[in-house]
Amino acid sequence: MSRHAWLLAMLLVACAARAEGYGLGHAVDAARLRAADTAIGPRGVELPPGSGSVAAGAELYGRQCAACHGAHGTEGPDPVLVGGQGTLASAHPVQTIGSYWPYATTLFDYIRRAMPFTAPGSLNDDEVYALTAFLLAANGVVPQDTVLDAARLATLRMPNRDGFIPDSRPRH
Amino acid sequence: MHSRQRRRFLSVGSGLAAGLLGISTGAKAAPLARSPGLPVSAYGQRARYETSQRWLTPARYLASTASWSPLADQLGIITPSALHYERHHGGVPDIEPGAFSLLVHGLVQRPLEFTLEDLKRFPVTERICMLECSGNSYREWQGPGGVDVQQTHGLTSCSAWSGVRLADVLAECGVMAEAQWLVAEGGDAARLTRSVPLAKALDDTLLVYGQNGEALRPEQGYPLRLLVPGYEGSISVKWLSRLKLSDEAIYSREETSKYTDLMPDGRAQAFTLAMDAKSVITSPSPGRGPLLPGFQEIRGLAWSGRGRVTRVEVSTDGGQHWQDAQLHGPVLPVCHTRFSLPWRFDGQPCVLASRCTDETGDVQPSRAALVAARGVNSFYHYNAIQHWRVDADGSVHNV
Ligand code: HEC
Repeated sequence: MSRHAWLLAMLLVACAARAEGYGLGHAVDAARLRAADTAIGPRGVELPPGSGSVAAGAELYGRQCAACHGAHGTEGPDPVLVGGQGTLASAHPVQTIGSYWPYATTLFDYIRRAMPFTAPGSLNDDEVYALTAFLLAANGVVPQDTVLDAARLATLRMPNRDGFIPDSRPRH
Repeated sequence: MHSRQRRRFLSVGSGLAAGLLGISTGAKAAPLARSPGLPVSAYGQRARYETSQRWLTPARYLASTASWSPLADQLGIITPSALHYERHHGGVPDIEPGAFSLLVHGLVQRPLEFTLEDLKRFPVTERICMLECSGNSYREWQGPGGVDVQQTHGLTSCSAWSGVRLADVLAECGVMAEAQWLVAEGGDAARLTRSVPLAKALDDTLLVYGQNGEALRPEQGYPLRLLVPGYEGSISVKWLSRLKLSDEAIYSREETSKYTDLMPDGRAQAFTLAMDAKSVITSPSPGRGPLLPGFQEIRGLAWSGRGRVTRVEVSTDGGQHWQDAQLHGPVLPVCHTRFSLPWRFDGQPCVLASRCTDETGDVQPSRAALVAARGVNSFYHYNAIQHWRVDADGSVHNV
């Protein structure tokens, strides 16, 4: 390629890459973008394929979670996951998935990203659906025969969905 | 009091008395070195007599707890990086800078991935800025809790940060008009995720790789963290790995289950992001040995996430009367600000307190006013006036 043609080619590449700006950063392919898009918003559009039942979740919970969160999710020593409904306005509020969390999608998202505490990321998506189903059933949000998948999870309404208001701290 | 502190207290006390009376104490001159000392060194250490350290909240897992800055030992407004407070939810990851990348995607025209070297090529920005965990002083909601200022107020620190404007990096990707939020994700084991309002992200939010003249400490997010000035610390996501532009917040566990403020009526406030005006007296303060009678300065730190500190008042009678303290420069927005007031301890019991006003006109509230507005189960964002009781014997207590 002649020097002239080479320069022209480089110029075209640069223009295609960036209309303006510093020309920094690297393009990302679609597969990488899909794989990275793991944070689940309240509409649930990022939820992965797969499904899991309450029964499968109960079994997994007993093996992988109960030692830290208690056999019923109420005993600790680590955060209480079950119960507390009706306590938020009391002197001793118990803030749990069932009593406090506004979105069910958050539960799937958090288990998948951060639990079990000592081995985050070790559960597959079916297992995360199952654990989510189990913890929602334990909190009375879904029936015991539930099989949870993306479509079902995205439409669930949590008991404390309307319990949050924007920042309204008084300015003193 | 430790015996070493007691010795120092006695020798300073008697030296002072002797000095005032013009009598020689007979003390020997400090020994001067008579032989060469240690050689030059590649990376310095503090003097071996200096032992100030962070206090760790007792917890089942040290990977998800906090360490508190020793505010009473801090000089000036910069917290040494090694003493900057910590709060992690999944421990401190070990990230090799060569393997680091930041992905920016979502509602952008051009999703891009940046290496650390790419990011360092953007125009540099320097900013001195404090951070405060919204859980700072959480024990005080239920009444006096922390035994000293480190345990009551140590979840704030102030550093000189180096980095680039997030707006520049986002412009490179072309933010779409529908974008309202920036979802930031860390590369730690907790993959800690927070949503930042886009207006704030484009206003003064930084991507920082430097702290106090060197690379970020691992505990502070090495090699790259977000710095969202004035907002609660956890939103300045450490070990940053991904930014997604979105039309709604992600409602992560860290902005629903946690970092929301429960009110007495059972509802909770979400996205309570700005840190309010706050101050504390660091000297005298509990646990530092009894006060010497006579002259001393009442000294402390004040800060606000909403701007500059414009005024600090000090009371020596539990808040009945207030006097203006002197502010010591530099007085910078969203920074620790030093104040002092000359004072004499005459052996009479008294209650010391400080009250901060910021440039928005916000005044640090009394505990009663704060609790009246928000109850005692809010957990986060406690910024009430702190009282220290000084007893006749010079001991100091959290009341
Ligand atoms: C080694 C102990 C341990 C194990 C095992 C464990 N967790 Fe956890 N879990 C924790 C700790 C500690 C936290 C709090 C982490 C933090 O706040 O940083 C937590 C938090 C949670 C939360 C959030 C609670 C809240 O109210 O915000 C959920 C949900 C959860 N765990 C689910 C699970 C599930 C499901 C499993 C089994 C797959 C599991 N955990 C296994 C220790 C554990």
